[in-house]
Amino acid sequence: MNQSDFLKVVIPFKDKVFRLAKRLLVSTEEAEDATQELFFKLWKNKEKLSEYNNVEAFAMTMTKNYCYDRLKSKQASNLTLVHNNYKEKETSLDKKIEQEDSVNQVHKLIENLPEQQKIIIQLRDIEQYDFDEICKMVDMKPTAVRVALSRARKTIREALIKKHNYGVS
Amino acid sequence: MELANIEKLLDKYLDAETTLQEENILRNYFTTGNVAPHLQEYGMMFGYFKQNKSETYTKTIQLKPENTRKKNWKWLTVAASVALLISVFIGRQEYNKYQQRKQFAQIKEALEQVSFNLNKGNDVLYAVSDNLNKGNDALYAVSNNLNKGNDAVTKLRIYEETANTVIKKVNY
Repeated sequence: MNQSDFLKVVIPFKDKVFRLAKRLLVSTEEAEDATQELFFKLWKNKEKLSEYNNVEAFAMTMTKNYCYDRLKSKQASNLTLVHNNYKEKETSLDKKIEQEDSVNQVHKLIENLPEQQKIIIQLRDIEQYDFDEICKMVDMKPTAVRVALSRARKTIREALIKKHNYGVS
Repeated sequence: MELANIEKLLDKYLDAETTLQEENILRNYFTTGNVAPHLQEYGMMFGYFKQNKSETYTKTIQLKPENTRKKNWKWLTVAASVALLISVFIGRQEYNKYQQRKQFAQIKEALEQVSFNLNKGNDVLYAVSDNLNKGNDALYAVSNNLNKGNDAVTKLRIYEETANTVIKKVNY
């Protein structure tokens, strides 16, 4: 497998990898680094790629695991605070009105979900994978995936209704 | 799509029972045009999902450069170690040469010292032999003088004898 063959296989889902990484790592720079790192890893293991019948699912699983590792090492070295600071800086650059934007509200709500629900809602509602693929990617049983997804959707909806009502009254 | 149907799908959606097709119907309904006021929160959700999916990875994926860079590092270390080995080897050789030269110089100096001392000894021996000759000369001179003394004494004896004979003749 040469470089152009590899890129042909890999390019179609590079955005999905990037978006999942960003969902978990929050900052764009970190997500970009993670994406680059992941594709480099895939490239190094290119001989093994043909063994997997679904390279995309394999890549998403790798992304999930890689981001978990990054988050863990960050927590271990107490870098979470720095990370939060950075994030706030980024949002403060945006206009204040945009912070109240409905899109941002949903973004923040998803950010507050547990990691597992975050991943599943990302894979289902944004990337639109079917349940079989999601089960493989997160290594969970279908019922567990459905329960997590249902919980995530309900949490977001209820929080939005609450906010909306507060705003009205 | 009529509202009742949408609401039914939404219930299924919240329980995560909808298929991808059904979710597509919901997505279309909530992102194109009019949304019933009591379902506004879904509009926000689907709007966000749609907007989020438009985010892309804009950087180019690098595969080769880092590879070669790593290789370069490897070669660099090999080259550095070889250079180090060679320099140590040459350094040792040079040091040995220097050491040998130093030893040679020391030996040369020592030999010069020895030859100098030998010359000195020779000079002393010459001086001694000179003095011995001088001594010989002196002894010759002494023996000459002694012989002269002997002659003088024999002469004196002859005088004495003649004197005695003269005295005897006079006494008679």
